[in-house]
Amino acid sequence: MKQIKRRDFIKIAGATAAAGAIGFPTIAAAAGKKQVVIIGGGTGGATAAKYIRRADPSVEVTVIEPNEYYHTCYLSNEVLSGARSIDSIKFGYDGLRKHGVTVVHDMATAIDATAKKVTTKGGKTFSYDRCIVAPGISFKDNIAGYDMAAHEKMPHAWKAGPQTVLLRKQLEAMPDGGTVLIAPPPNPFRCPPGPYERAAQISTYLQANKPKSKVLIIDAKDKFSKMKLFKQAFERHHKGTIEWVAAKDTGGGIKSVDAKAGTATTGSGDVHKAAVTNIIPAQQAGKIAIDAGLTNESGWCPVDHKTFESTIHKGIHVIGDAAIQKPLPKSGYAANSEAKVTAAAVVELVNGREPGTPSWVNTCYSIVAPNDGISVAMVYNFVDGKVAKVKGSGGLTSMDSSPAERAREVQYAYSWFKNITTDAFGG
Amino acid sequence: MPAKKSLAMLLSSILMLGSTQLMAAPSASMLADTCAGCHGPDGSSMGPAIPNIAGMSAEYFNTVMKEYADDDRYSTIMGRIARGYTKEEIALMADHFAGQKYMSTTQNLDAAKVAAGGELYQKNCGKCHDENGALADDDAGILASQWLPYLQYSMEDFQADKRSMPKKMKKKVQKLSAAEIEALLQFFASQK
Repeated sequence: MKQIKRRDFIKIAGATAAAGAIGFPTIAAAAGKKQVVIIGGGTGGATAAKYIRRADPSVEVTVIEPNEYYHTCYLSNEVLSGARSIDSIKFGYDGLRKHGVTVVHDMATAIDATAKKVTTKGGKTFSYDRCIVAPGISFKDNIAGYDMAAHEKMPHAWKAGPQTVLLRKQLEAMPDGGTVLIAPPPNPFRCPPGPYERAAQISTYLQANKPKSKVLIIDAKDKFSKMKLFKQAFERHHKGTIEWVAAKDTGGGIKSVDAKAGTATTGSGDVHKAAVTNIIPAQQAGKIAIDAGLTNESGWCPVDHKTFESTIHKGIHVIGDAAIQKPLPKSGYAANSEAKVTAAAVVELVNGREPGTPSWVNTCYSIVAPNDGISVAMVYNFVDGKVAKVKGSGGLTSMDSSPAERAREVQYAYSWFKNITTDAFGG
Repeated sequence: MPAKKSLAMLLSSILMLGSTQLMAAPSASMLADTCAGCHGPDGSSMGPAIPNIAGMSAEYFNTVMKEYADDDRYSTIMGRIARGYTKEEIALMADHFAGQKYMSTTQNLDAAKVAAGGELYQKNCGKCHDENGALADDDAGILASQWLPYLQYSMEDFQADKRSMPKKMKKKVQKLSAAEIEALLQFFASQK
């Protein structure tokens, strides 16, 4: 940013004479409405839209989002266990409209970073001063045979909504004594503790309704987020129900599926025919980020951490799961936090001011059994041009925390859900 | 870039020349907005296990955050968060939240307990938590209209010696029965 500012300054300095000639009032009067276009109305996109309007109501904000409702991925595992309804994780956009945000239900198909224009499937064009891209994730083709038809047979349920409902229906329909196969993806991916919380939630449902059934996790990794706490919970609440198998023992996890036959095959050639198969493929940035050339060879979007502006295309910011934000995780809380940093930076930039120093937080709860919740938290600051963990802050729920503390963490998770969704989508 | 905008940027760039490129502390709103994910927009919580922190006295905010950071006050998560900030950053957040409007909650409460709690309040709590706990005291949070589950957690912690009470309060709390404590908490939660 700083270098760009200086370069801009040199360009702009050339116009000093003109500025003197025209005079200040003319410039002020001529300043048109600033336009920000946000692609994607998930937690990141919605939060950014709202916080820009809060900070500067003179900025016109348009959110381009194909769906009329957003289903949060967080707490969607409770839909799978039946602990909550799909409608309890469903949010519309009237709250954003109350903040003066224009919400357009259309699909952004291209971004012209030079002309500063976004075009949509519906044939519309939107000009912007700054664009924020918050497209979430798309899937890589790391599992042979996992095509669109297979998505319907072996749901990923890694984008909440119809896929979540489909997986829930399969769990309800499966016979007692069947196996639920979960195939978590390799790093990095959206919601690192998610597959393991999912196993716990599904196991809770099976224990109550289909006690002869099992959950088999065939992982593409040898370790995972909150691993000790999850293993403790599996031992404590899900013994004999959940089995986790490391990548090293299966030749790297599930490598191919045959959706018609209902089979999934590991790298070492073991064929699994489960009653329900949940394939979570490897991930990359959402499609529009790839199409707009915002990704690098990793499939994710490199950004300047101070402003989350793309280091590939100036004037476009990428937030949420699609960005390279490490050590921040790809979580809903992080997307909300990145959105606020970016909103503040964008307001400064469209007003010709230097963005301030950022600050971020992540807090992430996993509900591992009824009345048993665990968490990880961290405060992040900006050091040497990058996001950094603040030393001494953050960390995990203690391994020897009491049942009362674990029960409290579940209630904190539910209250957190109310607050973060109000913060992102509320009016 | 259109010429007009360039000129607007020029003016701000000139203003910027006087400043250095040293990294300043994050602004109060930058810091405070990171709390909203759990504590709700501007510190007004919609989730009953997590307290409203809008309108809290700055002095109390500073005290509590230091206690959390030093593990002098029990928490599941706030200690982990509080240790992420300097004293100066906490002071910025404290002033920010002190300036936010305290939100009145609507909760499902038991009218009989609220009435009983009102009488107990006059006898036991009113001297310090005056105005029915509605004030942003320098040594206590705002209790009026605070979420009942949060108040219950807090009292559990006081009674378990996980959180320290002033001597006078401790004496009173020890004398009260569980039903009386519950009535008191319902009373505070009911206040607008």
